[in-house]
Amino acid sequence: MNLAELQKKLIAVARANPPSDRVPPFFEKRIMALISGRPIYDVWAAWARGLWFAAAPCVAIMLLFSAVAFFHARQPSNPSIDLAQQIDNTLLAAVDQNNNSDSP
Amino acid sequence: MERTEAELIAAVLKGDAASFEPLIEKFSPRVFATARRYARRESEVEDIVQEVWLKAYQKLKSFRGEAPFEHWLMRLAVRTCYDFLRSHQRNRESAFSDLSEPEDDWLERFVHQPAVAREDADAARQLVQRVLQYLPPPARLVITLLEIEDRSVKEISRLTGWSVPLVKVRAFRARAEMRKILAKIAREKYL
Repeated sequence: MNLAELQKKLIAVARANPPSDRVPPFFEKRIMALISGRPIYDVWAAWARGLWFAAAPCVAIMLLFSAVAFFHARQPSNPSIDLAQQIDNTLLAAVDQNNNSDSP
Repeated sequence: MERTEAELIAAVLKGDAASFEPLIEKFSPRVFATARRYARRESEVEDIVQEVWLKAYQKLKSFRGEAPFEHWLMRLAVRTCYDFLRSHQRNRESAFSDLSEPEDDWLERFVHQPAVAREDADAARQLVQRVLQYLPPPARLVITLLEIEDRSVKEISRLTGWSVPLVKVRAFRARAEMRKILAKIAREKYL
């Protein structure tokens, strides 16, 4: 069997028999029913809407942190909870002890 | 007075969805003919065309009007058909021994008298469908567009979104795949 010839023949068959372009009745009505109520998708509008929705939680979080920072700053600082000093004392505790025991 | 495509599209974009209906009426025959090249069952064809129109409506804003609306729509239709082929890949390894009797007869006639085997015979049409069905989706798409619809490589590149070299490579592979399938038919029939 000549395969190249058969391939050519089958392509010719497909060319000679184009598919029908018949549209089922009321097809456009069906599509119109499906698209009514569906907005046209706009990427920029969706992005802007997303940003707008995100703005409110962002403002709320910002206000919360501002309030915490503000009230925290107004409290008098307690020297006993000064972290830097505590670390300093812990590291130098052994040295201080030695100094104390060496002194007469 | 009948409104032009540009006027209809502008109206749809302004929110008048009803202006989309004349576009569906005008271009549906083309879209149906395209879909019928890739799907056999009428329900599948209708699903494809429906998807094409829904996509067209939702993406209408991306139509810039530089090329005719029909070109933009056909690009969408071809890509939707390709997605359909990819999602409905059948087992292409099955045997060809299930050729129908008329298909077998047509092949027999072709072997003995190629000129006598008619191109408009139903059996020949079925055989073409069967062979195309066994091709992988890219091969089927490229054979349909290049060989059957006689489109240029550049045109296929625009329709599919593939680069020109990729279309050429896929066309080369598709012809080889098709010959392989025909060889398999010949082997099963005559060995």
